[in-house]
Amino acid sequence: MYWLVSAASGPTAYAAAQAVFANGITQLVLLAGLFAFVYHFLNGIRHLVWDAGKGFDLEVARKSGIAVLIAAVVLTGVIASMFTRLGGAA
Amino acid sequence: MNLQNQFRTPARNVAALGSAKSGVHHWWMQRVSAVGVAILGIWFVVSLYCLGGFDYVSVTGWIANPCNAALLVLWVGALLYHSKLGIQVVVEDYFRGATKTVMLVLSTLLHVALAVFGVVAVLRIALSIILGSAV
Repeated sequence: MYWLVSAASGPTAYAAAQAVFANGITQLVLLAGLFAFVYHFLNGIRHLVWDAGKGFDLEVARKSGIAVLIAAVVLTGVIASMFTRLGGAA
Repeated sequence: MNLQNQFRTPARNVAALGSAKSGVHHWWMQRVSAVGVAILGIWFVVSLYCLGGFDYVSVTGWIANPCNAALLVLWVGALLYHSKLGIQVVVEDYFRGATKTVMLVLSTLLHVALAVFGVVAVLRIALSIILGSAV
């Protein structure tokens, strides 16, 4: 939302926002936030599959839980590296 | 069972003990908005990557595209609606009494405000081309 409002407020505001996004601490927070989003996204899909009545026995649920955790780490890394190469504004 | 209870209808026995008609609405809206947020989230990440750079001109140009602007507005709306529903569940589970009420009100106001800020920002960029003002 900050990103959208800064872009709507003109080039000067957008440049200021870009400086904030380029900051090391912001990048760290963004990376943590990205991981949280990806983990929530994948677990959300897991929940939707459960709602459809599939994979809800204990053994499968445990395995899919571990799979989601690993996939979230990998996917976070992929997205982060994709956007770091584009100029670090991820 | 005593005499009085024999004349009670089943409806009287369950009255005011839970929701009727809208019982699963919150739960179901959470799933529907989740699907919307997920699909649009993939679109957002992929399109930003395809954009290739985040300088002012390319970003505002991308947002100004009518299709992108529409999907962005949809995403902002779905995302904050989904977030509002989720935070509501957390607050209802972990807070009691006046604290719970205050937090629910604040959360609702904050979510509506954020959604409006996002939508206004997107629309300002998208409409500035038509209205001719330099953003």
